[in-house]
Amino acid sequence: MEDLLLLAQASASTTFIQTLIKALALGSVYIMMGLGFVIIFKGTQVLNFAASALSMAGAMFMSILIADGGIPFLPFDNPLAPGDGETAGIPLWLLTIAITMVLAALFGLVIERLAIRPMIGQPLFAMAVITLGVEIAIRPFNIDATALEGRSLGVPWGAESWSLGDALVPKSYVAAIIMALIAGAIVIVFYRSRFGVAMRAVAFDQEAAMAQGINVARVFQIAWALGVALAALAGIAYGMAPFPPGGSVSQEIHPVLAFRVLPVIVLGGLDSVLGVLFGGFAIALAEVFAGQYLSQYGSTLGPGYSTIVPYVVMLIVLVVRPFGLFGTPEIRRV
Amino acid sequence: MLEVANLEVVYNEVILVLRGLSIEVPEGDIVALLGSNGAGKTTTSRAITGLLDVHDGAATKGTVTWKGRDISKDKPSAIVNNGISQVMEGRRIFAELTIDENLATGAFTNRANEKKNYDRIMALFPVLLERHDQTAGYLSGGEQQMLAIGRAMMAEPELLILDEPSLGLAPLLVQQVRDVILEINAEGTSVLLIEQNAAMALSIANTGYIMETGKIVMDGDAEKLRNDEDVQEFYLGLHTDESGERKSFRDVKHYKRRKRWLS
Ligand SMILES: Nc1ncnc2c1ncn2[C@@H]1O[C@H](COP(=O)(O)OP(=O)(O)O)[C@@H](O)[C@H]1O
Ligand SMILES: [Mg+2]
Repeated sequence: MEDLLLLAQASASTTFIQTLIKALALGSVYIMMGLGFVIIFKGTQVLNFAASALSMAGAMFMSILIADGGIPFLPFDNPLAPGDGETAGIPLWLLTIAITMVLAALFGLVIERLAIRPMIGQPLFAMAVITLGVEIAIRPFNIDATALEGRSLGVPWGAESWSLGDALVPKSYVAAIIMALIAGAIVIVFYRSRFGVAMRAVAFDQEAAMAQGINVARVFQIAWALGVALAALAGIAYGMAPFPPGGSVSQEIHPVLAFRVLPVIVLGGLDSVLGVLFGGFAIALAEVFAGQYLSQYGSTLGPGYSTIVPYVVMLIVLVVRPFGLFGTPEIRRV
Repeated sequence: MLEVANLEVVYNEVILVLRGLSIEVPEGDIVALLGSNGAGKTTTSRAITGLLDVHDGAATKGTVTWKGRDISKDKPSAIVNNGISQVMEGRRIFAELTIDENLATGAFTNRANEKKNYDRIMALFPVLLERHDQTAGYLSGGEQQMLAIGRAMMAEPELLILDEPSLGLAPLLVQQVRDVILEINAEGTSVLLIEQNAAMALSIANTGYIMETGKIVMDGDAEKLRNDEDVQEFYLGLHTDESGERKSFRDVKHYKRRKRWLS
């Protein structure tokens, strides 16, 4: 009898640990994606509706560089990728992430140049619609280039887990958490840097920033480069954790990543880094724990109810604090 | 050193605001540009510093020459880089940034001497040093003005344009601003001082210009302007009738007399 009780307790704490790790991993993906949003919004006041397609394209770059499986739209395989059934070692894989982020940043610069810069001076709403156009333009390429079963991200540890007592801790979850912490640190350091200060100055008062000699066009470029690089990182992490085992770019989940992150930036405030760090974890915890612990009510709540939880939280926040928990209220001291 | 000649500025392609304005700022001088609300003083400053674009304005005629070169098509950052900085009307400090960060934005074009300039400015404004890592939005109006001046000085400009720096400040603070301008000038920076407070401006300027509806209507030695009857009446507020108020018919009469300056 006592033995049975112990076992029940152990399995309860095991479930808790596994749920917690999963929530932290999902929160990490949200944070990376949210930081990309915030950087672009802070630097340019534009809400980037192309985020989903850009993050998927970023994950695609990674897949093309590191994994076998052909280069999209070209009839040959990637000559650099490891041979059939093999995966890259961890150092090469990390290096490839760095290269992917650089490529994504360049892609961000191209988009800024072609789609955003010609629109400068137009209403912000028009610019946001343009980003929606970018999303629509890129998406078909993403979809065409991804097979139904997804494209491999060449994750060195595949679907392996560590065990923590009885709990299984997927290595990819831990990797995603570390990636988010690094991304957060990069952004915080950037904010304190010369260009970060310039970006915040431009965000606060564009004309006054110009009057100081700050090159606003340069700030826009940096915002897009950094924002798209972060979206790519999020896309890679999203392909590893917490959903597809083994790590892949997926037609099913990647195209809607930005929508899942929307509640995070609404909760945190569109222009707050701290808000994203908080909001990312808060939303993911609510979502994953509701999925785990309310599952016995699943038949009443309907299938997939846990993905609704973030939006419920978002609605409540919108009613109570429309500018988010950490965001700047529209009305500013003058 | 700075020469604005026959400048015409139009907003939104239709609103003519500057109508052939000409001013000159010789090296090392303090030049006062005076005029009442809406005369076009701020527009003049925008035209010199490349900020007309932001307001959908454009120079349709005339030139802005700086050190022998026409800068009227230059970008704001290039103009700051070439030695002209400004303290904008209404201070426009970055309220969400710290004092140090505000000063750093001013050093954007001039990284090489950032430390030296920072120390110089902190020596000039000890109150900023005390609170250097605090958010600038919490400074008082006078302190914000000092920060705005310090921020502009971080670029080590050869010419500093100040747009109504005494606006909304108590008399004692106006005195302080005046002293700071004198000190900056004494250290070698030329100054274009835009003011409605003619008494303060003319008390430190070498020469002055008075503008009305987009044109210079009078100019000359600051001393001469200070002693001019019309200037005293209209801009220094010295001549008033017994009741202490200006009569409107006298304004009209003097307006007619001022017409002479236009021809
Ligand atoms: N962005 C703008 N668009 C249209 N008209 C403007 C703009 N800015 C200023 N004006 C007009 O130009 C005139 C001069 O303004 P301004 O240069 O600000 O004068 P001042 O600084 O001497 O008070 C005013 O009549 C003002 O209404
Ligand atoms: Mg003005």
